[in-house]
Amino acid sequence: SKVVFFSRSVEGFKQNLVHNEDQFQTYCNKVFAGWDFCITDPNAARLKHRSLQYELQTDLEEERQRRKIAERTMKEKLRIYSLRIFINIIVIAVLSGCFYCIYRATVFSQENLNVSIRHDIRTDSATLLVQYLPSVVITLANFIAPQIFSFLITFEDYSPAFEIRLTLMRCVFVRLANIGVLLFSLWSQISGCATDKCKACGYNYKLYPCWESEVGREMYKLMIFDFIIILAVTLFVDFPRKFLVTHCSCKPIQWCGLREFGISDNVLEIVYGQTICWIGTFFSPLLPAIATIKYFIIFYIKKISLIHTCKPAARPIRTSSSNFFFLVVLLIGLVLAFIPLGISIAHIPSSKACGPFRSFNTSWAVVPYTVLEFPAGLQTVLHGIASEAFAVTFFMVICLIMFYFIALAGAHKRVVEHLREQLVMVRFDPFFCTPK
Amino acid sequence: AYKRFRELLPKEERENACSARVPKSRILRLPELRANPFQHRICHVFSTSDDGDDSMSFEDFLDMLSVFSDSATLDIKSFYAFRIFDFDEDGILDRKDLEKLVNCLTGQGEESQLSNAEMEQLIQNILEESDIDKDGTISLSEFQLVASRSPDFIRYSGLQQ
Repeated sequence: SKVVFFSRSVEGFKQNLVHNEDQFQTYCNKVFAGWDFCITDPNAARLKHRSLQYELQTDLEEERQRRKIAERTMKEKLRIYSLRIFINIIVIAVLSGCFYCIYRATVFSQENLNVSIRHDIRTDSATLLVQYLPSVVITLANFIAPQIFSFLITFEDYSPAFEIRLTLMRCVFVRLANIGVLLFSLWSQISGCATDKCKACGYNYKLYPCWESEVGREMYKLMIFDFIIILAVTLFVDFPRKFLVTHCSCKPIQWCGLREFGISDNVLEIVYGQTICWIGTFFSPLLPAIATIKYFIIFYIKKISLIHTCKPAARPIRTSSSNFFFLVVLLIGLVLAFIPLGISIAHIPSSKACGPFRSFNTSWAVVPYTVLEFPAGLQTVLHGIASEAFAVTFFMVICLIMFYFIALAGAHKRVVEHLREQLVMVRFDPFFCTPK
Repeated sequence: AYKRFRELLPKEERENACSARVPKSRILRLPELRANPFQHRICHVFSTSDDGDDSMSFEDFLDMLSVFSDSATLDIKSFYAFRIFDFDEDGILDRKDLEKLVNCLTGQGEESQLSNAEMEQLIQNILEESDIDKDGTISLSEFQLVASRSPDFIRYSGLQQ
């Protein structure tokens, strides 16, 4: 999957680089050459009309915003920057609140689970609630935080495109950091040791004889709960909403209207689910299979829900640059998924009571052990690759290649600038235009 | 192309299709023109009818198809596009023409029109980009210059044939 990522991101990046600066003659191009004469279907024509209208309106609004920003006085700038700092502090406070809630919920859930397993005093439904408490809290946080962020960003007075990006970044951060906090709180529970014996072991072997299964279980719970929530929201919120809006004509309901299909929200949900899947794969190998089935079902549910119950977003999104951005977000998720995985494989001692790594100190120890069992030739090759000499040379070669590409990109950009200047000059060249 | 022209005529007149004129209503039923917001202007521009009823003979039909085909040059396309966009037929594109043009593009109906302020801003930008002699209108040569530098113009003004 990494290879596919990188190739697609590069495409989007190239387009982004060229497209972003393409402000030459955009309006004329859109107005005079905007209509595709090959359209024969009235529905397609309607869509094209609407997309042309949105494009023109967004362009005009961005231009108004740019002009407004350029005309700001010093006093206004000061006011706006201090307001932005204040709002960022609020955002950080909100985030810390979320993290603390998740931490408390996980600790509470783990403690009570262990108690109930031993004493068997709670009823089934209460146990279920306690088990799923972290997932509930995370989902609530994922739902509330974006609402707060979109509310706050209206005060910060950015251009519409930047607003969308910033809200998206904050939401991404919330979702991924929530998972991180969950893992951290789990780990603090697992390694919470009182006795010396336990410290020597590295983890609390009395409460968690198989801590990997515990982590895998938490990821599984998160994934299932995510799935249930998406289903429930679609079935119990979107469809009744559509029903109410079409049949009931009282003001508050009409004002709420149908749900807008937000592309970025849906993409974030998918990225979140995928990150859970990646983290959980090492601890619970069947998780990718479950994730595949889950996404299969969710795709069709979302499709049906979109066609029947949603209305198009009020603000159109530029798909070319957004594509690249979403891929970057997914990449961040992948990298973030590897960090806890790396720590648990290499640093945390594996459980002695179960699992394929029980005879090793850490899970990573199995790799050197296997390498030692390879034939001698292969061993020397692998040793060579892992040695410092090779690593340093490899690193330097990679740096050189990177510098080459950066230089190339710079040169191309200069050529584009130069050509653009030429075009502007041609426009006013007396040879090219006939005087009126 | 002759076959398609014949199909547009009612059955009785199909025998002498070469000299018959097809009324505008039937021309507008062509799939290519059906969804096109400039359909009326296209018919008007290509019609050589003296009555002003925008009916087209076979020669007019051939003219239209040849201009919209892929093998027409940029000059021809931009010349005819200029005539199509010139709603009041005064030989230049002034603010009113541009306004009508934009309204055609964004669709019929109240909610799909741009507001007055947006329209003003848009027309201002268009004139800034294309009006070289700064007289507030776009002449044919200015339009041809813009079209020659517009990457989408050639791509979009061809009909599938």
